Amino acid sequence: MKRALVVVIFFGALLLTWQVATMTGRWSPVLLPPPQYVAEYLRDALRDGSLLEAAAVTMKRLLIGYFIGIAIGVPLGLLTSTSDYLEDTVGALALGLQTLPSVCWVPLALLWFGQTEAAMLFVVVMGTVWSVVLATNTGARTIPPIYARAARTMGSEGFDKWTHVILPASLPFVISGMKQGWAFAWRSLMAAEIFVTILTGFGLGHLLQYGRELSAMDQVIGIMVVIVLIGLIADKILFTPWERFLHRRWGTGLK
Amino acid sequence: MSAISAEPQAAPPATLVVEHVNKWFRTERASVHALANVNLTVRGGEFVCMVGPSGCGKSTLLDIIAGLTKPDEASVRADEQLVEGPGRHRLVMFQESALFPWHNVFGNVMFGLKRKPELTNKQRREIADYHLELVGLQKFKHSYVHELSGGMKQRVALARSLAPDPRVLLMDEPLSALDAITREQLYADIQDIWRRRPKTIILVTHNVREAVCLGDRVILMSPSPGRVREEFRIHLPRPRDINSPELASIAQRITAALKGYLYEAREAAA
Repeated sequence: MKRALVVVIFFGALLLTWQVATMTGRWSPVLLPPPQYVAEYLRDALRDGSLLEAAAVTMKRLLIGYFIGIAIGVPLGLLTSTSDYLEDTVGALALGLQTLPSVCWVPLALLWFGQTEAAMLFVVVMGTVWSVVLATNTGARTIPPIYARAARTMGSEGFDKWTHVILPASLPFVISGMKQGWAFAWRSLMAAEIFVTILTGFGLGHLLQYGRELSAMDQVIGIMVVIVLIGLIADKILFTPWERFLHRRWGTGLK
Repeated sequence: MSAISAEPQAAPPATLVVEHVNKWFRTERASVHALANVNLTVRGGEFVCMVGPSGCGKSTLLDIIAGLTKPDEASVRADEQLVEGPGRHRLVMFQESALFPWHNVFGNVMFGLKRKPELTNKQRREIADYHLELVGLQKFKHSYVHELSGGMKQRVALARSLAPDPRVLLMDEPLSALDAITREQLYADIQDIWRRRPKTIILVTHNVREAVCLGDRVILMSPSPGRVREEFRIHLPRPRDINSPELASIAQRITAALKGYLYEAREAAA
């Protein structure tokens, strides 16, 4: 209760500062609209459905691409952990491509897939997959060998050992890789949406870009707020349960 | 939960015959003869303790019997069956508990049971409950591994190794990381559990008194190369008390013998 109050006071103060700043008249309301303009934009955009539609388009791209990225990344990471040759080759490739901001794939994706959903998915997958590969590889390589030995004596070999021992034992690493992959995917998708017009659907990035073209700063800031909120909510929905699971079972991060 | 009513059926303990085990550890610079022509026969249901200083190859021998390590030369047979890899009939209890943190206590005990296709889920749960009761941890069924003390972890590990009903139990210094009081309690408990669930047991330790307290036989090993030197039959009545003077005097004799072999090995190396 006390903590909730602190949160309310903090964000209230933030809004108030913003309000006061616009009221001083030092900045043109075109460049820095007061919070109430932004709120009005959000209300109107919600009413006419454009905001929800754009958010849905963006979320769909993100979630599908993200889960494809994980579905490729986890098995690939487990695979590279089995062999030093694979780590030296596929692992090195993954490390290289992970350092490449995945928005750099946009030109290639447009040429390969055209201005379509596939191009956006490709960018998201490229943002996700390498972090997941690297983290899974590290996780599987650093689990205590005694787990695998105990499992073998209890009759867990082959596929069962991978799914029931090595993968769960590497979970702390895999989850942090998934978190990083999510961050990369989210950023690259936003960049891609601002950067190119996709004919099959207009996402949040496009709305942001239109806001700039129309010099509608209330729209730009409104969309930014929405993007932040989606990021926060996704973090809570996607990762908080997993992190709680890890903390409870591994006994980490307990106060 | 009612008290232990029906004892689940138990497979008969297996006779282990280990012949001519040789194992070298090769690195780029040196080759260490870890085990030199080790022979060992353990009757079904016998409790054998292997004692020796670190580096005498006792844990390696246990791994070879478990099928976790390949020897350079050996024949290990359990009830005339050649051991060629790990198998559920020979379960290992490790020095660190090796419990899985992603499962709770019950899930850990269920792990081996789930890999026995002949059991139904109901049977698995009953057997797991029985073994948790056996080690006195029924109340901690839903606890997570990190919530347990060292002694409790080893109890869970014991329950986990016993639940799939192995015919041989291999214990690799299972108590060496525990404090003295917890250890003493476990000496009593292990004897009691072994009486109720007879298994062929090989326990590896560097603690001579522990070996005398638990073993029907105590086998001395010495290092470089690791080999079996002498064996002692322990005729003390059970249950044995680790603090009894008779036990202490036997342990003293064995320790003296062990020191002799160590001295000899050092002389030979010099």
